[in-house]
Amino acid sequence: MAASTEPAEVPVIGPGQTYATVTDRVSGVVLSKKTPKGWLLGFGIAFIFMMLMLFSLTVLFVKGVGVWGLNNTVAWGFAIVNFVWWVGIGHAGTLISAILLLFRQEWRNSINRFAEAMTIFAVANAGLFPIIHTGRPWLAYWLLPYPSMFQLWPQFRSPLLWDVFAISTYVTISLLFWYVGLIPDFATLRDMGENKVVRRIYGLFALGWRGAARHWAQYSRAALLLAALATPLVVSVHSVVSFDFAVSSVPGWHTTFLPPYFVSGAIYSGFAMVVTLAIPIRKFYHMEDFITDRHLENMAKIMLATGLIVFYSYIMEVFFAWYSGNVYERFLVWNRMVGPYSVQYWMLIFFNGVMVQFLWLKKVRRTPWLLFIIAIGVNIGMWLERFIIVVTSLSQEYLPATWAHYAGTFWDWSLYIGTLGFFVALLFLFLRVLPMINMFEMKELVHHLSHKGKEH
Amino acid sequence: MNESVYGLIAKFDTPEDVVEATRRAREAGYRKIEAYSPFPIEELTEILEFKPKIQYLVFIGGVVGAISGFALQYYASVISYPLIIGGRPFNSWPAFIVVIFELTILFAGLAAVFGMLGLNGFPHPYHPVFNAKDFNLVSRDKFFLVIESADSRFDLDGTRTFLESLGPEEVTEVHP
Repeated sequence: MAASTEPAEVPVIGPGQTYATVTDRVSGVVLSKKTPKGWLLGFGIAFIFMMLMLFSLTVLFVKGVGVWGLNNTVAWGFAIVNFVWWVGIGHAGTLISAILLLFRQEWRNSINRFAEAMTIFAVANAGLFPIIHTGRPWLAYWLLPYPSMFQLWPQFRSPLLWDVFAISTYVTISLLFWYVGLIPDFATLRDMGENKVVRRIYGLFALGWRGAARHWAQYSRAALLLAALATPLVVSVHSVVSFDFAVSSVPGWHTTFLPPYFVSGAIYSGFAMVVTLAIPIRKFYHMEDFITDRHLENMAKIMLATGLIVFYSYIMEVFFAWYSGNVYERFLVWNRMVGPYSVQYWMLIFFNGVMVQFLWLKKVRRTPWLLFIIAIGVNIGMWLERFIIVVTSLSQEYLPATWAHYAGTFWDWSLYIGTLGFFVALLFLFLRVLPMINMFEMKELVHHLSHKGKEH
Repeated sequence: MNESVYGLIAKFDTPEDVVEATRRAREAGYRKIEAYSPFPIEELTEILEFKPKIQYLVFIGGVVGAISGFALQYYASVISYPLIIGGRPFNSWPAFIVVIFELTILFAGLAAVFGMLGLNGFPHPYHPVFNAKDFNLVSRDKFFLVIESADSRFDLDGTRTFLESLGPEEVTEVHP
């Protein structure tokens, strides 16, 4: 009966999966003694780029921020661009794990674990940039409110300080949420492990979890509450990031629509990154039964929806600049289109606004390699968007005498590419030592689907 | 009462079986019972008449976070280091909302996680039930029901017969 009511639906889990097969399939990847050759190769390459990051950081710490392309006019360069980009990527993980949990979107169960991992690794990279951007990162603790010998306090009326609170809360809550989700799966790995050391290590993290009904009740309630807390949090984080711009009086930044524009852009780029990672991972680990075409299609739909909001924001940005009658705002928009950064501007319009329109077609949403190309395009486009926002406004502000061109140097680029390596290296480690799919939630899904089948 | 036995454990193959068994054990008057499963089953919570209390802790955490967020900023901006910026009052509370909000979420979230661990008694590395036969399958695909010997109705032979009548795969003793 189920088949006749929903004819075109691809299931969210492959046929014939039981509690045991889900467990064995997912934990097998972690508990297997053999490390796949592809893993070693991928991790090795990522590790080299991670070394590039450390090298670039060392040069930065020894010589100072002068090695970057910053100048007196453009004091916010790659560091802020990368910060906003990485935070935005993190947002998809929280959206999948928290908001889709509240909306009872059960298809999320198989992708939330690695989306959350992605969040944490992306936010780790994001947190790096403001700290090194201060120029003297060893004094970064000055950002925190504490009773200091100077008898000084941070400026609580500044959005930059709000950012410190927003990002640190976000990191803490994401990490805890991730760990809480892992506890029952750690117990599975403890129970399934053949090696005594492996059992001990996972057992330590499982904290003695034994699946008691009373524990589950407390646990599920706590997870739901955490989701309810993380939902406004994730919206607040990128809103606060946008306040860094919107609360200033710089043309192109000083607009009220920046928070929703930034939040939708964050979700857009985050989902693009989830798709970018999910497609190769499911192929390499043969997880097509768990991360089905239905997942890819749903994520593509969310990308399309948020992409349309972002594109609408671009249009409104232009409209408001014209409608405000403010010469500086009008000049800024015109300058973006035909000025020194027009190539980047039109590239971002193409990647974020035009290319995503192909997702209207079901065929494209259902074809992994096409979806992959679009997702990569969105990743690039969203980075360019932040570059345009940060750089065009600063490089040609009110006074033509202070105008200056900005371009990243080798150290800017090496650090950015290095953080990509760091991100991928962490993901590879995650895939090897932690279950990439939430096993107990998948079993819950199998349970619910079997009930649905009986009702029909 | 047999002091050397923690209780009796029955192993089931499906969630429906363990739910039914738990219901019948409750109806038979057993109170010191616990069901174990690889994933949360809402019916079990209802049958065991268990009410999670975590939400009160989360609420308290949120209130404490909000108050401490405001207190921190008020103390820093009004008492310890008053500084006139743009002619605004020292207690410029609208500007404090973001930090208050973030700390509300942070404290409530910490209360949710550590409250859940605390109420569940974690970390709890040793528990008699881990000694039970095949109990390592509880995190894979098997379901268990334990009746503790501390229950007033517990009787080694009688309870065993009762558990066996519930259609389990196996009933074994759990030693402490």
